[in-house]
Amino acid sequence: MSTSTNTVSTRTAGANTAGEVVLDVSDLSVAFPTEEGLVQAVSNLSYQARLGRTLAIVGESGSGKSVSSMAVLGLHNPKRTRITGSIKLDGLELVGAPASTFQKIRSTKAAMVFQDPQSSLHPFHKIGKQIAEAYQAHNKVSKQIAHKRAVEMLDLVGIPNPQRRANQYPHEFSGGMRQRAMIALGLVNNPKLLIADEPTTALDVTVQAQILDLVNDLQKEFGSAVILITHDLAVVAETADDILVMYAGRGVEKGSAKEVLAQPSMPYTYGLLQSLPSHSEDLDELKAIPGAPPSLLNLPSGCSFHPRCQFKDQVPGDACFTQLPEWRPTPGLSNREIRCHLADPVATLQLDEGAR
Amino acid sequence: MLIYILRRLALALSVVLATMVSAFLLFFAAPSDPALALCPESKCPPERLAQISASLGLDRPLRQQFFEYFSGLFVGRDFTYAGDTVHCSAPCLGFSFLTRQSVNDELFSRFPNTVVLAIMAAIVFVTVGVVTGIAAAVRRGTAADRLIVGASQVLGAIPYYVLALLVALYPVILWHVLPQFSPMSEGFGRFLLGLLAPALILGLVTSASYTRYTRNSMLETLSMDYVRTARSKGIPERTVLFQHGFRAAMSPILTILGLDIAYLLTGTLITEQIFGVDGIGRRTIQAFRSQDLPVIMGSVLMTAVIIVVMNLIVDIGYSLVDPRVRLS
Repeated sequence: MSTSTNTVSTRTAGANTAGEVVLDVSDLSVAFPTEEGLVQAVSNLSYQARLGRTLAIVGESGSGKSVSSMAVLGLHNPKRTRITGSIKLDGLELVGAPASTFQKIRSTKAAMVFQDPQSSLHPFHKIGKQIAEAYQAHNKVSKQIAHKRAVEMLDLVGIPNPQRRANQYPHEFSGGMRQRAMIALGLVNNPKLLIADEPTTALDVTVQAQILDLVNDLQKEFGSAVILITHDLAVVAETADDILVMYAGRGVEKGSAKEVLAQPSMPYTYGLLQSLPSHSEDLDELKAIPGAPPSLLNLPSGCSFHPRCQFKDQVPGDACFTQLPEWRPTPGLSNREIRCHLADPVATLQLDEGAR
Repeated sequence: MLIYILRRLALALSVVLATMVSAFLLFFAAPSDPALALCPESKCPPERLAQISASLGLDRPLRQQFFEYFSGLFVGRDFTYAGDTVHCSAPCLGFSFLTRQSVNDELFSRFPNTVVLAIMAAIVFVTVGVVTGIAAAVRRGTAADRLIVGASQVLGAIPYYVLALLVALYPVILWHVLPQFSPMSEGFGRFLLGLLAPALILGLVTSASYTRYTRNSMLETLSMDYVRTARSKGIPERTVLFQHGFRAAMSPILTILGLDIAYLLTGTLITEQIFGVDGIGRRTIQAFRSQDLPVIMGSVLMTAVIIVVMNLIVDIGYSLVDPRVRLS
């Protein structure tokens, strides 16, 4: 990181408040009424994000990861979205909150870094102005001070020559630089929560690592909570403390990121990890999870994953087809919860892995 | 930037030249005789016809006629007709034998009428179209949206001349709610008032398409990621809609606006005709009726210049709105 002249020390967070719950999502459901029917994007989702920790939300496209995070910032059109349950951000209930509440908390309490910095920055506005605008919206300061703040932020995220760069347009930035600018924009008001929605998907692999390092470093500096939305398990391994695996709008496994990646205890997580191509093995075929994610218009009965689950025969009766599995601790593991009917998922999955 | 503009000007000039040559060839090579128009066939002895042709210079070779016309554009020329000599200064567009006036006088004297009408109509359609378009986009799917879109479709579906005729007939001629056209020489205020009826109906009908352009462009930009980013900053929704949404939605509208204004400036044939506005369009129609070739040619040339210049202005304007567009 560059020698930043940042004045971010106003922040009171840090070690003493680390671990405090900033975001408490419970029983959150998000649905979009459409002409074809109700799209149930998120169902009864619960999770918490804590200061100083990074929570990875992992799942396939359409698993509800982005939809649930956008609900935190109130970015869904209220007329075309049905949101129930509870989202408590820093103690403030956001479900059903008026637009004015969201306007206040956006950027100050929770900020978002979006997937594609190319399309997420306004092509007609200068980078510095886009960042300064967010600062000025929440601080009664002059344009000059807001601009100075924007330059500081660009410096902080490692953009060389920030004074000059602030007066450039997004198309004059490279992809990695644009994402750095997006992060600068996200952090300009010292939010307690930063939601990074697939922040590296649109970037080169080498730049990806730089951006993830930057997010990690800044988190240490700011002590904020980070939610990292991704489908890239390598990214999770590198950056996350906690993990929530989502499938078809529901959480299916949660625990410590390292432990879950080392030993998944739910068939979907297991399938995800198995599908990663290994560098050493010479595979003829990728081990994909058979089938496709279900339609959110018409979710499967029981466990949403059952049509693609290779272990459903090992559950006695028709529980997988008829009953939605409730959250429960994984037998034999500490600090781990899953939604699965398997009696001893750890043993079942280990047996399968040994057989391969 | 300067080099770009110079290059564009050179290109524009070549377009105008090409238009000029083809217009000249088309009209002067066409099987219509201006001399005949001056001297009706039924009672025109051949020697009289030849006399007129000679005095008009129509008996000279085409190449020479073209050269005279062309040089007149740059240095002006003198016309001698029936003993009178009329000087036509550069850029001389020609001489109307029917009215015994230079085409410059014929067209340039009427141009202000057309320009003011075009500007007034543009003010109406830009204001109405953009405001209703934004309102519809922001209220997408609601009754207000459907009402606006429906009204713009109805307005766009009725033939324009029917609406214009109705307005000319009822509020202007029969009810005297709106005044009739009065030339600028009889007072600028009266002149403006007289253009109110044609400008309103022309503007209102044209606004229908602007409502739809604006609505579509606005809906498209409002669904963009950068609008979501803007919203996520916690800035007021109005700022999101206008400084982020509309700013970007505007650029495609600018292109169409530039061309539409160009067409209006070349004369709104139907409007001017129906409301008796003595503008370029009306004069051109008269020229067509009376086979007044020099006026027709002058009008064609003027149209070409206006359209080419407006295109250039639109391109330059585009680069001012969108920083990604570089003039090079």
